Parts: sequence; structure tokens; C-alpha cells
Amino acid sequence: MTALTLTNVNKSFGEVHVLKDISLEVEEGEFVVFVGPSGCGKSTLLRVIAGLEDASSGEINIDGQTVNLVPPSKRGIAMVFQSYALYPHLNVRGNMTLALKQEKQSKAVIEERVATASRMLNLEDYLDRYPSELSGGQRQRVAIGRAIVREPKLFLFDEPLSNLDAALRMNTRIEIANLHRALDASMIYVTHDQTEAMTLADKIVVLRDGRVEQIGTPMELYNNPANQFVAGFLGSPSMNFLPEGLLGEGQNTIGIRPEDLFLADDGPLTARVSHVEKLGGDTNVIAKVNDHSVTARLFGQHAISEGEELRFAYTADKAYRFDTNGQRLR
Amino acid sequence: MNKARHNPINTAAMHGALILYTLIALFPVFVILINSFKSRRAIFREPLALPNADSFSMIGYETVMKQGDFFLYFQNSMIVTVASLFFILLFGAMAAYALSEYQFKGNLVMGLYLALGIMIPIRIGTVAILEMMVATGLVNTLWALILVYTAQGLPLAVFILSEFMRQVSDDLKNAGRIDGLSEYTIFFRLVLPLVRPAMATVAVFNMIPIWNDLWFPLILAPAEETKTLTLGSQVFIGQFVTDWNAVLSALSMAILPVLILYVIFSRQLIRGITSGAVK
Ligand SMILES: Nc1ncnc2c1ncn2[C@@H]1O[C@H](COP(=O)(O)OP(=O)(O)OP(=O)(O)O)[C@@H](O)[C@H]1O
Ligand SMILES: [Mg+2]
Repeated sequence: MTALTLTNVNKSFGEVHVLKDISLEVEEGEFVVFVGPSGCGKSTLLRVIAGLEDASSGEINIDGQTVNLVPPSKRGIAMVFQSYALYPHLNVRGNMTLALKQEKQSKAVIEERVATASRMLNLEDYLDRYPSELSGGQRQRVAIGRAIVREPKLFLFDEPLSNLDAALRMNTRIEIANLHRALDASMIYVTHDQTEAMTLADKIVVLRDGRVEQIGTPMELYNNPANQFVAGFLGSPSMNFLPEGLLGEGQNTIGIRPEDLFLADDGPLTARVSHVEKLGGDTNVIAKVNDHSVTARLFGQHAISEGEELRFAYTADKAYRFDTNGQRLR
Repeated sequence: MNKARHNPINTAAMHGALILYTLIALFPVFVILINSFKSRRAIFREPLALPNADSFSMIGYETVMKQGDFFLYFQNSMIVTVASLFFILLFGAMAAYALSEYQFKGNLVMGLYLALGIMIPIRIGTVAILEMMVATGLVNTLWALILVYTAQGLPLAVFILSEFMRQVSDDLKNAGRIDGLSEYTIFFRLVLPLVRPAMATVAVFNMIPIWNDLWFPLILAPAEETKTLTLGSQVFIGQFVTDWNAVLSALSMAILPVLILYVIFSRQLIRGITSGAVK
């Protein structure tokens, strides 16, 4: 059974065509991450799925039912917003129970679901507080709690962690992963943080300019990108792109991941070091080959200084080739 | 208040300026109040003196109470002001929400049309309004005044409120929609509380002119039973003789209700629970 099926979904705001012919499937229990650069239409796609915006054309199917004409509250979804969007006039308990009261659930059911959710999210001590009396991380947990109590078929997260600091972000990321395991629910998660994408996803959907560029598991996308955009988007530091002419003949582009470059006295790439980042475990060397910037990620610690000349090599089977349109050549 | 951020000299200067301003603003009110308790001769001899055993007199208040039905005037003014404010805020907020929240054909034109009223004084249309009220039989009813004041207040209300409503987070409204709240509930329970300071501003802006207005009560509702306080006080101001005791007493009593309304609205100006809803 698929939790969500989109078939040729388009969305325009007047003249602006934001979503272009999007088709994808989310299996039951799957964790799907939408990634893409800012403005590519991730939030719009999520809002279309939620029913907050109407699709201009195409079909949206949730849990076997076509929902194009179903209002958001009846679609069996719950959404967590980037800005938390908690109700300021209600305390934490009120925020979590509003939707259930709206559905006319019995007192016992409401009580029990709030208890379960607040135990999961460690919110038991805060149930009587108002949103303004909570820290950012706590607010985010309340927002997640508000989604959990509804027991939706599909969770929608729109960049839920982008307002949190780095440490909290990592904790909450792990919490969300645990939550996914515990609830066994289907989730769609929007982010432009690729660590979040790689670590959380069963399946990643890469979007660009309102179009799906590629869909696959994180490792599929990493090892087997369909085009130059996907190759450059996933991985940090991102893939090096060099014109083929630099290494021999041809018009195509060669892509090499930073970790696939290694130091070799007879390597084909002669580069002048412009910057070194020593991270302890790794050393990132940013160097110039002619006018092209190249990043190499060397394992361990290296005594390399700026201005030095180095030679890099790579194994041929780790190099990707892209044609002038950015399509992968195999 | 945070002590570290306030040095005493700044605080003193600030308070000094504010106190000075308060004194200047309150002075006329103070003069009216003290003189309303003095005999006619004392008012003219020493306008700034406090009433003492000699000059103290309640004659003004007695005249006001005897002549005309002052409590009725009072009640009329209160009904007209409160009802007009209620309708201005209700309809203004609803129109503003529709304009800021929903994209429909002619949205912009509609907004401009509604805002146009800010620039055109409603009194220009007095004759037409009077004809309309005669035709509908509303002359000499409080409804005539309430309708006119509501129309007069709406343009600015829509203009100010729609600006504020645009700033209410979309995510919050969307969260409400996903939780199954109706558009009305979203409007009344989520949006209105967040624009309360703007509503209070609109209320204060509209309240004083309505309370003080003489023009429309005189033209549309001059009957004894629909007289407003301002109109009722006019009986003491004659072309040749003016009963200053009565005028000052009537004014003193007229200040009180506006003051109470003002306190109620200005409380609302203080943002309370709104912070922390969205970051
Ligand atoms: N109501 C609207 N009217 C017109 N254009 C819109 C509207 N909402 C979004 N857009 C446009 O649609 C495009 C996609 O917006 P969207 O918010 O989905 O981007 P996003 O991928 O979520 O970006 P980010 O990562 O910055 O959140 C943008 O170019 C935006 O300008
Ligand atoms: Mg977005």
C-alpha cells in the first residue's frame, strides 16, 4: 500500500509555474526527504500535499483515496512548520488537544494520546505552560507533539530544525529518527541540510526549479547521481567538477568527490594549495588547478601549508562524466 | 525593568519630559473641572483658583440635572459610541481579513475603493445621507447615527487592520486549518487576538470624534429622546448668554465615560501573550 501518490502535479501562482509535473510515491512507513535549493518549491509541494494550496492539475492520492477536493483536516495528515506556529493563547496541553477536540474525540482518548505524546517528547512537565514560556527546542517538540496526537497516516515536516542551534538540531534529529521507528508512520521531511537528508531518509527526492531531478535511497543518489546537479548537491564538501580538457581531450565535465582524490607524486592534477582546513580527523585541502578550484578531503592530519604545490590522483572508476547539459554519461 | 540598561539621569530626564507633557495635556481638563464647582462670579474673577468655601457652588450641576434629561443624553451618546465602535471593528476586521488573506479577482481594486473613504470627508454627503435617512424612516433614531459613524470609521479601520493582518503568520493560520478549525474560528480565535493592539488603536482613533460630534446628531437625530450629550449641552450656549456653570458641568461629566473607554482600550494596546507564537 502506498501512503502517498502524486501523479503529474502542477502548481502555478498566476504566471509563475512553481511545480512542474511532479510524480512520486511514498510507501507506507517510509521516511522521504525532499531536498533542493531555496525557492525550488519544496514548501509549496508540501502545502499542496497538505491541501493548503490547490494543485493546478494532477492527482494527489493519500492512502488509496484521491484527496484533491478533501480539506486539510480530513486528509489524515499532520504538519510541523518551520516557525512552530503554536497557538499563542493556548497552553501546551491546549495546543496538543485542539485538533482532537475539533474531531470530537472522547475525553479518555484525548487524555491518553496527550499522555503518550508528552512522554515520548519529554513534555510532561510543560503541559500547563504557554508557548511564550518555552525555549525554542521545547516549542519545536510541542509542535511535533501536536502532530503526533492526531495519529495521522502521513507526517509532513517543513524544515522543522532550521531554527535550532547545532547541538539541539542533532539531538532533535535523532529524536525524529526514533520517533519514526516508534510510530512506524510515513513521513515527508523538507530540508536543505544534506546531513539531515542523508541520515534520516529512506528515500530522497531531489528537486530543482519545481522539477524532480532524481529519486532514490541516499546511497543510490550519492553513488549513482543521474546528473551534475544531484552530484553537486549531495555530499559535503561537494563534488569537484573539472573540464575534461584539463585532463586530456573532450568537452565533457569530470566529477570527482573530494574523498576520492589522493596525494600521488605522479598524479595527473597539479594544484596550488589556496586554503587548508584542519579538522583533526580529516584535512580539507582547497587548491587551484589552473583556474579551477578543487577540494580534496584527506584522511588524517597532514602538514600542508598554503601556496604549496601538490599532485593529486584519482581512480578512474570513481570519476563521473557529465555531458555539456549536465546529464550523466556512463 | 532591567537596571543595567538604565542610568538614573536618562530615567529622570525621560520622566521629567513625560510629566511636563502630562501637565500640559491635563491643564484644560483641570481648569474645566475646578471651574465647574464654582459660582459664576468666581469663574470670571479668578479662573485658575481652586474652589473654596466662598466660591464653591454646585449650581452648574443642578442646572444640568434640572434642564433636559441628561442621563438620557448620556445613555444615547454611550450607545451610539459603543455600537459604532463595535461595528467598525467587526466589519473593518472582517473586510481587512478578506483583503489580506484571500486572493480573489479585484482584490486590489476593492482595497483601494475601501481606502478611498479616508480622503473624502463624509460630511460632504450630508444632504444625500439626510435624504436617505428620511426615505428609510431612520431620522431621529440612534441607528441613523450608528450607521453614519460606522461608515465614517470603516475606511481607516480596513486600511490599518489589513496592514496588520498581512503580518500574522501564514503558518499559524495553516496550522489551524490542518487542525480542522473553520475560517471563522481562525479569524476570531487566532487572527483577532494577534491584531488586538491595532484594533485598540482604531478604536481610540474613532472614539473621540464620535463622542464629540455635533454635526450629525444635530442634523439626523435632534429629537429630545435621541439627543447626544454634545448636542444636549448646546442648550446652555446661547447667542447672547451662555450659562458657563452648566456648560462646564456638562463637559466635566462628559469627560468621564470617554476616559473609562480609553482606559479599557489602551490596556489592549499592551501586547501580552502574542510573543512566542512564532519565531
Ligand atoms: N503565494 C505565492 N505566490 C507567488 N509565488 C509564490 C507563492 N508561494 C511561493 N511562491 C514561489 O514559489 C517558489 C517556491 O517557493 P517555496 O516556498 O516552495 O520554496 P522552498 O523550496 O520551500 O524554499 P525554501 O527552502 O527557501 O523554503 C518561489 O520562487 C516562490 O517565490
Ligand atoms: Mg520552504
